[in-house]
Amino acid sequence: MSAVWSYLVAIAVWPGLLFAAPLGWLELWFMRKLVARLQGRQGPPFFQPFFDVMKLLGKETVIPKGVNRGIFLALPLVSLAAVTAALAIVPLPGNPVPSLPGDIVLLLYLMEVPVLCEVLAGYVSRSIYGQVAAMREAILSLAYNLPFLVAIIAMAQVAGSFQMRALQEVPYGPVHLLAALTFLLALPARMKLNPFSIANAEHEIIADSHIEYSGPPLALFKLSHAIEVVLLTELFAVVFIPATPWPPVNLVVYLVAGILVLGGVTLLATATARLRLTQAFRFYWIWGGIASAITMAATLVR
Amino acid sequence: MNLIERVIAISRRRSPWICRLNAGSCNGCDIEITPLLSPRYDAEQLGIELHGTPKHADIVLISGTLTLRSRQAILDIYDQVPSPKAVVALGSCPSSGNVFAGSPLVLSESLDNVVPVDVWVPGCPPRPQAILDGIARAAQLLEDGSTKSQIQGQRQNLGGRLS
Repeated sequence: MSAVWSYLVAIAVWPGLLFAAPLGWLELWFMRKLVARLQGRQGPPFFQPFFDVMKLLGKETVIPKGVNRGIFLALPLVSLAAVTAALAIVPLPGNPVPSLPGDIVLLLYLMEVPVLCEVLAGYVSRSIYGQVAAMREAILSLAYNLPFLVAIIAMAQVAGSFQMRALQEVPYGPVHLLAALTFLLALPARMKLNPFSIANAEHEIIADSHIEYSGPPLALFKLSHAIEVVLLTELFAVVFIPATPWPPVNLVVYLVAGILVLGGVTLLATATARLRLTQAFRFYWIWGGIASAITMAATLVR
Repeated sequence: MNLIERVIAISRRRSPWICRLNAGSCNGCDIEITPLLSPRYDAEQLGIELHGTPKHADIVLISGTLTLRSRQAILDIYDQVPSPKAVVALGSCPSSGNVFAGSPLVLSESLDNVVPVDVWVPGCPPRPQAILDGIARAAQLLEDGSTKSQIQGQRQNLGGRLS
């Protein structure tokens, strides 16, 4: 199989769109169901995220007056494409893409694209609420990216390489644990979950930065978010969970680990109330900064 | 009707997102919407989500007496909802003005003269079960393609094709 085909398969089929979308819907349903059960409700039916996306695909798109049509419609596509391409790089068992030197750098870049798209979507929409959401998202990304990037870079430092496969082969040690905790610190904000759901504060600034989006573009944003959830949980599993020599076992372990991480994050989201932007920013620069410093120190001490 | 259209039609029933519009209500009906999201009535079982913006909504819940000042707001917000859409009128006020009928600042006409209403939920205020039932019926209309706005759209399409 030539390299081009393997990339196409990775982006379109596994671990790309065809498998990641249902997996993302499953994970979103799991989060919503867990929140509902913790609040003493029944929660949504199993196919709810799928129905939401299908319904949005069948709706009309209303484009506000004075908005640049091209950018408005391109942003959700770019967001979805970037997040799918990022997932295609993650070395899940059975991923046909050959390992490239420096693919961690590419991955980290691609993971920033959806955030950038959300910020631009808020500013493009000409809605005051959208602009507030975009501003919050931009500022928050400056905060949570500190522990997030340090967790990955510390692992690369230990591996001595910016290659995903090399990261998986690092012998298990204390740096894994510290870096995993630092990663988990950044995860709720990256997933826009409750103590840090500042950019998508649904009753405070009405909606997130997609406030002016409707119909298929909104469906693409929802799909992009579902795949982003898969990407973040599977990235955590691939980097921080020790791999066994058997790929099918690895796959099961990664999926279970992803669900467990989601459960923990959802538990936190249900138990907490939303922080203010300054509080979240201070939290990430003080506690995230301390965690990052300890993680980096551990890589040097080793 | 092919498979994808069928799936989309079913999705319209299974995922009705609602948006509240207070057209001059005493807040009684709006307070009765809140329990829908609580554990007792849990509207999420039916896929109902409350959204703040009309751009994300499928069903608009309009409550309250129509006033001279709210008429234009209702029209604006109704236009912002992407089709297919449904309108549910909550309580007695939108149909008749209820106890406020005849007041100088109250529009003395039914909501149906302003926007096409699909489901009327009677009561002052209506019980949460009744509101939930109204939303479910509107969602069923969305699946069948028989809300007033959908029928009107079909007629316009047909007219355009004939002429």
